Amino acid sequence: MLLYKTILASAILIMSLVVAMYSTLIERKMAGFFQDRLGPDRAGPWGLLQPLADGIKLFFKEEFMPNTADKFLYILGPSLTMFIACLISAVIPWGPDIVINGQTFSLQMADVNIGILYVFAIVSIGVYGIMIGGWASNNKYALLGAIRASSQMISYELAMSLSIIAIVMMTGSLSMRDIVNQQQGLNWNIWYQPLAFLIFLVCAFAETNRSPFDLPECETELVGGYHTEYSSMKLGFYLFSEYINMFISGAVMATLFLGGYHFPFIDKLGLSPNAFAFVSFLVLFAKITFFGFIFMWIRWTLPRFRYDQLMRLGWKALIPLAILNILITGVVILLNQ
Amino acid sequence: MTSLTKRSKVVSNKKMTFWEKIYLPAIVGGMWITFGHLFKKKITIRYPEVKREFSDIYRGKHVLKRDDEGRERCTACGLCAVACPAEAITMIAAERKPGEEKLYREEKYASTYEINMLRCIFCGFCEEACPKEAIFLTREIVKAGYERDKFIYGKDVLVEPVDPAKRIDITRRQTPEVLEFKKDKNQRHNVH
Repeated sequence: MLLYKTILASAILIMSLVVAMYSTLIERKMAGFFQDRLGPDRAGPWGLLQPLADGIKLFFKEEFMPNTADKFLYILGPSLTMFIACLISAVIPWGPDIVINGQTFSLQMADVNIGILYVFAIVSIGVYGIMIGGWASNNKYALLGAIRASSQMISYELAMSLSIIAIVMMTGSLSMRDIVNQQQGLNWNIWYQPLAFLIFLVCAFAETNRSPFDLPECETELVGGYHTEYSSMKLGFYLFSEYINMFISGAVMATLFLGGYHFPFIDKLGLSPNAFAFVSFLVLFAKITFFGFIFMWIRWTLPRFRYDQLMRLGWKALIPLAILNILITGVVILLNQ
Repeated sequence: MTSLTKRSKVVSNKKMTFWEKIYLPAIVGGMWITFGHLFKKKITIRYPEVKREFSDIYRGKHVLKRDDEGRERCTACGLCAVACPAEAITMIAAERKPGEEKLYREEKYASTYEINMLRCIFCGFCEEACPKEAIFLTREIVKAGYERDKFIYGKDVLVEPVDPAKRIDITRRQTPEVLEFKKDKNQRHNVH
């Protein structure tokens, strides 16, 4: 069992890393296509080796550390961000159980009964990586970026958690697996909770610091925001963790709202348990890819928000809406009893 | 009030309607536009494999022509250097020795002829000024390089090969109209 968990954990970790690696390429390709260009196509066929080239470049860049930086925190920042980004995948059910030699194994790392709470706990720790990095750099732009990041993430976390409460009220469980299993076939949460989904989606953009909420890095006014003073692979970690976050938040959204690995009729195909698990995993992966596409699509469509607009949207629009959503859900549940 | 152009627009600060305030329809509209761009024809030209088409009268690297018998046409009169607005051309004239009749067409020739390609603005005035039809701009590109000295092109680069098969075609620049223009004595620089 321990061996199996180790293998699963490494598999998930490697999968997240590879997906994040190739998201960078896909992002650039998409950017190109949205702007009537072709995007990178020099390294390997269709530019498939571009992420490798980028990685090698980052490794060989000069490792620069500002004199006035706090050495320990300066290194802790990116490491923490990367570490936190990889942690969330632990509670996501990647597929139904598989059977090896008569033993059933779960495709979920840990089926904790407070899965959603775990996700939110880890997400809120995520802000520390950016805060510490921005503070330790001892640079005004980095500090401004870090302050923006922390206030933005704290504000949007509220609306995010509130929007999920409606889902929890419907399912009556905090476990990710229970939530997925209640969405058999096309019985997805998004049909019952479209408003919650919308709020969650917007908050997910804000939490991953993606455009149009990319104020923390804001190239035009803050040079690079919290990672201004970072170079080499430390910068690589920051950029990379953004893509891991994107992948994982896609997985969380697919799990909570789009029925996770469920899809109509695939359970009626009469597949063996392992093949069924594989197909289900592919379904989940397709849904995550769909969210990845949305992330990139939005990024190349919308301009960045102004800081006051960002705060107004978070506090004056999303939080009241989320509370209203909880109220409506509560009333409907009461009426149905 | 009359406006100066027909394009001016009156700006209003009217309140947004609820539909505009929720912002989502606008986002969806924007996303629809960007989505359309996914399938548009890409304007990228994959450079080394595909090259952009040049205009017919493109002005690139210079060539110093030889005549039909393979003799250099240039007589180092210096008119090109005078005409050059960027002062990119320098030359040293020399007298043709007996026995060199096969190399140079007239008694005087350019022993060195240099064009600084970093100064040159490819205006084609040298070509226009040349009374001997010796210098022309070709369709060839001046290649990028890492060192500045490499951009001073001497006779070794500029003079075309003797081999008739390797002669450089300049008919696109030396059209009948151009030849006619050069004979026109009303043009001041054509009067020698």
